[in-house]
Amino acid sequence: MAKERSIDPAACEILEVTESEGISTAFSRAEAMKPCPIGSKGACCKLCAMGPCRLTKEGQTGICGATIETVAARNFARMVAAGSSAHSDHGRDMALTLLAAARGEAPDYEIRDEKKLLEVAQLLGVQTQGRETMEIAEEVAEVALAQFGQQQGEIIYLQRAPKKRQEIWRKLGIAPRGIDREVVDIMHRTHAGNDQWYESLLMASLRTALADGWGGSMLSTDITDILFGSPVPLVARSNMGALSEDEVNIIVHGHEPVLSEMILVAVNDPEMIEYAKSKGAKGINLGGICCTANETLMRQGVPTIGNFLSQELAITTGAIELMVVDIQCIMQALAPLSKQFHTILVTTSPKAHIEGATHVEFDEHHALEIAKKIVKMGIDNFANRGKTRIPGKVNHLIAGFSHEYINYALGGFYRGSFRPLNDAVIQGRLRGVAGVVGCNNARTCHDYAHEYIVRELIKNDVLVVMTGCGAIACSKYGLLSPEAAELAGPGLREICEAVGIPPVLHLGSCVDNTRILTVLSQMATEGGLGEDIADIPGVGFAPEWMSEKAISIGCYFVASGVYTIFGSESPVGNSPVVDRFISEGWEERVGGKLEFIPDPQEAVRKALEHIDKKRAALGLVEYDPTRFGQSGDRLMRQFIEAMEAGLPVSPYSAKIPDPSKK
Amino acid sequence: MSRYIATAAIRGANRIVKEAEDLLQKTIQELGPDTPVQFTNTAYYLPVILGFTGIEVSKVGDLSPVLEIAKSLLHPEPGEHLWLPYLGETLDCGVATLLAEEAIEGLRFARGEQPEPIPGLQLTGTSFTSPDEGGEGNGGYANGPIDDIQLRSWGIQLVDGRMPGFAAIVGAAKSNEAAVQIVRELQQRNILIFLSGNVNGRSIIHQLMEEGVEMGYDTYIVPFGTDTISAIYALGFATRAALAFGGLKGGQIREILLYNKYRTFAFVLALGEVDDLKYATAAGAISYGFPAIADTVIPQILPTGITSYEHVISMPFDDIEGKDDSEKAKRLVQRCLEVRGVKVKITEVPIPVPYGSAFEGERVRRADMRVEFGGKNSRAFEYLKMSPMDEVEDGKIEVIGPGFEDVEVGGYMDLGIVVEVAGRKMQEDFEPVLERQIHYFINGASGIQHIGQRDIAWIRISKAAADKGFNLEHFGKILHARFHADFGTIVDKVQVTIITEPELYAQWLEKAREAYDFRNKRLAEMTDESVDTFYSCVLCQSFAPDHVCVISPERLGLCGAYNWLDCKASHQINPTGPNQPIVKGECVDPVKGYFTGVNEYAKQASHGTVEQVAMYSIMENPMTACGCFECIMMLIPEANGFMIVSREDPSMTPAGMTFSTLAGMAGGGLQTPGVMGIGKYYLTSKKFISAEGGFKRVVWMSSFLKESLAEELKAVCEREGDPDLLDKIADERVATTVEELLPFLEEKGHPALTMPPLF
Repeated sequence: MAKERSIDPAACEILEVTESEGISTAFSRAEAMKPCPIGSKGACCKLCAMGPCRLTKEGQTGICGATIETVAARNFARMVAAGSSAHSDHGRDMALTLLAAARGEAPDYEIRDEKKLLEVAQLLGVQTQGRETMEIAEEVAEVALAQFGQQQGEIIYLQRAPKKRQEIWRKLGIAPRGIDREVVDIMHRTHAGNDQWYESLLMASLRTALADGWGGSMLSTDITDILFGSPVPLVARSNMGALSEDEVNIIVHGHEPVLSEMILVAVNDPEMIEYAKSKGAKGINLGGICCTANETLMRQGVPTIGNFLSQELAITTGAIELMVVDIQCIMQALAPLSKQFHTILVTTSPKAHIEGATHVEFDEHHALEIAKKIVKMGIDNFANRGKTRIPGKVNHLIAGFSHEYINYALGGFYRGSFRPLNDAVIQGRLRGVAGVVGCNNARTCHDYAHEYIVRELIKNDVLVVMTGCGAIACSKYGLLSPEAAELAGPGLREICEAVGIPPVLHLGSCVDNTRILTVLSQMATEGGLGEDIADIPGVGFAPEWMSEKAISIGCYFVASGVYTIFGSESPVGNSPVVDRFISEGWEERVGGKLEFIPDPQEAVRKALEHIDKKRAALGLVEYDPTRFGQSGDRLMRQFIEAMEAGLPVSPYSAKIPDPSKK
Repeated sequence: MSRYIATAAIRGANRIVKEAEDLLQKTIQELGPDTPVQFTNTAYYLPVILGFTGIEVSKVGDLSPVLEIAKSLLHPEPGEHLWLPYLGETLDCGVATLLAEEAIEGLRFARGEQPEPIPGLQLTGTSFTSPDEGGEGNGGYANGPIDDIQLRSWGIQLVDGRMPGFAAIVGAAKSNEAAVQIVRELQQRNILIFLSGNVNGRSIIHQLMEEGVEMGYDTYIVPFGTDTISAIYALGFATRAALAFGGLKGGQIREILLYNKYRTFAFVLALGEVDDLKYATAAGAISYGFPAIADTVIPQILPTGITSYEHVISMPFDDIEGKDDSEKAKRLVQRCLEVRGVKVKITEVPIPVPYGSAFEGERVRRADMRVEFGGKNSRAFEYLKMSPMDEVEDGKIEVIGPGFEDVEVGGYMDLGIVVEVAGRKMQEDFEPVLERQIHYFINGASGIQHIGQRDIAWIRISKAAADKGFNLEHFGKILHARFHADFGTIVDKVQVTIITEPELYAQWLEKAREAYDFRNKRLAEMTDESVDTFYSCVLCQSFAPDHVCVISPERLGLCGAYNWLDCKASHQINPTGPNQPIVKGECVDPVKGYFTGVNEYAKQASHGTVEQVAMYSIMENPMTACGCFECIMMLIPEANGFMIVSREDPSMTPAGMTFSTLAGMAGGGLQTPGVMGIGKYYLTSKKFISAEGGFKRVVWMSSFLKESLAEELKAVCEREGDPDLLDKIADERVATTVEELLPFLEEKGHPALTMPPLF
């Protein structure tokens, strides 16, 4: 049974325990409760007290006359608005932290990446000449915050997109005016008796999604880099085997690094470590779950214990003294579950209380003090640890890629550029590029679609970039290690060997999907692959999506020109018209399209087809893997082995003599 | 990269940076931090360091911050498992290697350890008038870094594509046979060959010495030294090309590197085993866009991007198809050219010796000579005339009179070369243009030396060439092939007559002299006023993107290679090429030389950098320069006149700067009033800075100019009404400072002192 629910051996090990002991998890609850067949297809309208109306028959309308199309589109639009608001609000908190840090009100934070601060300042039109770092930071934060409340014009970050893309947005009237305004716009638009034309609703949804991708989220990524440093590659561990048997295990879970970074400082505090030792532990072990894990993984190499669907399983190991959470993707089930074990669940965000959890409100003005308090709670709880069952499984990955680092990696300090990447696509060494992102979903086998799709893509010479829970998923199967180049097609393998990268690059948390937008923009402007993101042979995937944030992400990718494939059945499936519009309709208008394809094989097939279509449109050579694979160390290794074996080899010949004729 | 290469290169980089640091500390202790550090004759300090860091290293202590930068670029080696990305890191380590290597060479100069002694090595120089001069006695050393003078004199060839780029060869070939064939193949394609490095102590330099291959600037083979570190001079050359011709400044390294990626067709050819330092140096070269090709088994890096094509190619020598090492070497060079994307047009010249511009500079010494024509004991002339179509039989080569078979070894005889051409687009005006090519065409044959022109031509055939079967008919073969190849658009038929028969020789010499005389007069009559059209020359825009030469009958191009007739012919040959007609338009100021058409053209062709050009002034809107100028003129305010220093003159000038330093101010396509790059024959023009008063303003000039233009300048002085003027002009023998110059001018009563003030 467990094996049908997850491909992760560690998860399976725990699932067997939960099944035998009757512990409720998302897996078992999904089994017990089927999804609502009306809601799941976008057929239910509960916007006013005349309803809820269920539109199950063709031509049926709601009490107010709302059509199937309107209802599906309105539900969809509200998902976008919710997702966009979540990411953007996360961005706002980052900007507020930067402001507090710049003003000296949050003394535990500093500017760790000054270069990035200056770049962002330039983009935001903040004067840098002759100014102190903190002065610049303060104004950057102020300008960033103003982007949220801006009422007219365009948000500044749109300028990062290729010129042609900006023009498309302007022409269609979907260039976001302000980050918050677009969310409000959707909420208003979808109120009873307002916008009742699916096309208009869905185009407005794209604008709201853009306010997330090129607004709130992008600001969040940049400001996070400024405060905590832009990631550079590092080696890290993943999966539950990274929990410690003899140390205090503290888990950070959620999304914002503001808290987790401070927890990290606290657990490394010698005083805290001494305190832990005084309580009988060998030390303190910090691990992460979900995107908070990604934030600290990317920058400090803190191991990731698991992704969204692992949150309950981690507690079930009995080895976690304390799980501290902030915002987003935190299951309410954790509170009752933690009561079954010794784990203390600490909520910290005023926006995310959970009944039954211990609430220690986080405040960036007293960050380290609060973090230490929380860590101490964990240490004090070590004595209560009972029997543990930590699955031994642990894998390694390389994390810490950013568009800045990719630029560096492809040419060094002096010659960094995206040229080698573009060249690789042009010549067909890389068939294309793909972003595979998103959540886990208890309705499908945990990690299966992520692993399958990514493995197939790299086999077909598609370079994959990942974020969020998808990245954690694939890290557990070794796909984010450089050795995984052996699993790649010959062309991609050559690129991996040339640069020293894994075939799958971890770009960060789900809010960092904006890094993918920046990479794509730089590819488009580097030349040789058209003039726009839509010209690039690339695709986006969210194979195991579950959250509204994922829908917002998908929509901003589509609006940026990317063919985006989601797993599971379509949330607008009740309306074939709307379903077609978000695919063909959007493609006609913005170049990107959104499709829901539950079958991963079919998804890969369509993705490759699309990549080849884009290659042909650019006039690039047809993809042919047999032309590549001649570079790299393989031959040299054989040569050295033969030499070491005493065979009569000559440096002037690659022909290795038959050992039998030695 | 490959992880193997990355590991080796990073290891090599860490080691060489340490070595540089140790040598720096040692030198500071032994010689002190203020000991001067400099390469010979360059205005670019240690050029790679200048390019990357903007630091102008002039003394030992200046290298400390450079090595700090080098250290900051170092990275650890990638791991065996779970390695972190290494490409960017390896390239940075490559740069660190280059900085360290150049620092080491700089320190070695300070310590008197460079250029490296190589007993028995003789290098051919550049400027000589007789093949018997120089030579013995001054050898025994590797070349060391190429000086600015040579860089600039190669400038025009680098920019017009005659010299596509350079091959930095490191190590030793598998056999001497292979070594010789590799350089011959490169020479035939006019690719500069830089030699350095060794394999177990043996260098390709030794191999070529053993085989008697002539090395030096003249044969395009420059031996830098027998260690890998000396390969840094190749990158110094590349860096300076960008600084000298690209108008770039020290520290603009990204631009310098990209300039080389797109404009300098260079590659590294690693012969023999590749060690850590070679990998590290090659990693540095890759940042310049220069790929590496090895003749041994090494990992390949085929994806492109930093370089235009593959980054690293392995072509194990024994696995190359070919019946012998020569054939294998040919294929190896072929592959090198493919990898760098060098497109070389080779003209097949059916003669029994190798052929290419790299052989133009070869000397044939008296001892090696089979026979000579012209010189002290005999006469040789060459004459090219246009004939009606039906009177020229294409490909007909006739030798009238005896060959040199009966002449004793080392002897001489009279020779006349008459070339008759016909073509629908041929014009009489092009005769001298084409005739001048005979010098280059004949010189291109290995073992043949050609000096002079017209009836003062002087040709030698070496014993080696004669042994291979070279005879008089082959002069005809060369000329026929090359005129078709290079001037095919204006020449349809070429017929060559080689005359040794005395009576006919005398008849043709007479005809030739009449023609020379006629042309001289015609040329003298040709003035800027007598034509409606000037020509542009933007040949150098491939190197100096904003520079434009305006060439008129009375002002030739600053490189000395293009006069108005050359441009006219060139335009006929290639109507969309670099020489475009400029309709003069209205002459707004005849003294300063302002023409409406010229101004419009210059503005457009310089991409707006230049608004106006005064054709005859140095003080107001002077013409810009690329970097290939023969001479530099500069204002000496104290003397109320100008000095002119020639490229050949390395001495200090009264301007307080040598040619090399001045060149930095004069080049790069920028207008700097008071400084101008010029062709030396402009000195003889009536329009020579007529705005400022002409030749009488010249207060100082390199003695080289006085001597090499003695006749012409004498005539100029007479024309200017001051026959003794030349003696009143100082040179480096009497003055290298203003303090020395002024008393000399006073004493001689130089006219400039009493002329109107310049500003």
